[in-house]
Amino acid sequence: MREYLALLFGMVFVQNFVLNQFLGICPFIGVSKKRDSAIGMGIAVIFVMGLSCFITMLVYKLVLVPFRLEEYLDIISFILIIAALVQFVEIVMKKTAPDLYQALGIYLPLISTNCAVLGSTQMRLLDYAALPLPEALLKNTALGVFGGVGFTLALFLMSCIRERLELAPLPPALRGIPIAFLAAAGMALSFFGFTGIV
Amino acid sequence: MNFLPQLINGFIRENPVFVLVLGMCPTLATTSSLEKAIGMGLATTFVLVGSNLIISLIKKFIPDEVRIPIFIVVIATFVTLVKLIMAAYFPDLKAALGIFLPLIVVNCIIMARAEAFASKNGILASTADGFGMGIGFTLSLSLLGSIREILGSGSLLGIPFFEGVDVYTQTIFILAPGGFLTLGLLMGFFNYLALRKYAKAGGNAGK
Repeated sequence: MREYLALLFGMVFVQNFVLNQFLGICPFIGVSKKRDSAIGMGIAVIFVMGLSCFITMLVYKLVLVPFRLEEYLDIISFILIIAALVQFVEIVMKKTAPDLYQALGIYLPLISTNCAVLGSTQMRLLDYAALPLPEALLKNTALGVFGGVGFTLALFLMSCIRERLELAPLPPALRGIPIAFLAAAGMALSFFGFTGIV
Repeated sequence: MNFLPQLINGFIRENPVFVLVLGMCPTLATTSSLEKAIGMGLATTFVLVGSNLIISLIKKFIPDEVRIPIFIVVIATFVTLVKLIMAAYFPDLKAALGIFLPLIVVNCIIMARAEAFASKNGILASTADGFGMGIGFTLSLSLLGSIREILGSGSLLGIPFFEGVDVYTQTIFILAPGGFLTLGLLMGFFNYLALRKYAKAGGNAGK
């Protein structure tokens, strides 16, 4: 239990995907203009990231390693799994949870090119793959979900800042994306204070 | 036929980093030193040229509905090639780039060029476009990498920059916040130059 708490804290604050690892910067800048869309995107990412971490670990341990394909087929198979998964989630959600689909629908296709998802499946792949299958699956899924939570937190904070920035008197050259990066620098600096806690 | 426009298009006018704002993750993550920046830039250039070439070759056989998965497979193949070549000849650089080497697959520049250019144009034009965009990306990364390495560790390509002078380096520049800061300020600077040029040409500055 303690191990998972440490992983949660680590993935959300210390090794935050966006602010510390530079993963998922495109949606972080692109979908952070409004608070509602930031939350929608965040939840979709948590869901897809957890699921893809689970399935890629399963495929890695049960297909790629036994057939000795892990050296050169991991990237191709993982990205296809993620793309197929996103499509699959979209179809299932449309049928079973139309409300949720309405809310998340437009963000789902964007996730397949979110590098944080592929990044989360690769991050501790080799460390966790050495563990027995159930533990490896559980840990990798936890990593994906917690990483998604960290991503959502960063995205939500950023959207709050940017809603205020809309009204701020800024030099014209800094408006839009440059000031978003400068705000991210401030956020990264404050998250840096968590270093060394876990 | 003249391919020069395609080739230099990516350098300044459609610079992938500062104008199109594509591929931000590797831009920020691999520019803590010039060496890593150049390595990442060249690896991306190789993938861009390769995937643009193959996609323009097979564009007539790709059904429109499944073009995205096919692009992804082509791109992932080239990324795997880069990964294996780097593991054989530059193991240190591969270790330094770490997770961002496989992540070239999801670099939006490559997908964007495949979708917007290579799937509509001829072989030579697509190759030139991939090469130009790749070099533009490498140049932008090198600029960021040089600034961050000089300010952050006081050296360039590992060679001390301020020989014999007592300098205080700001380690923050090679860490995460410095990456955001440098990129934001550089983008603002290029915006400023563009706005000034626009105003001089008689346009309305600030719009």
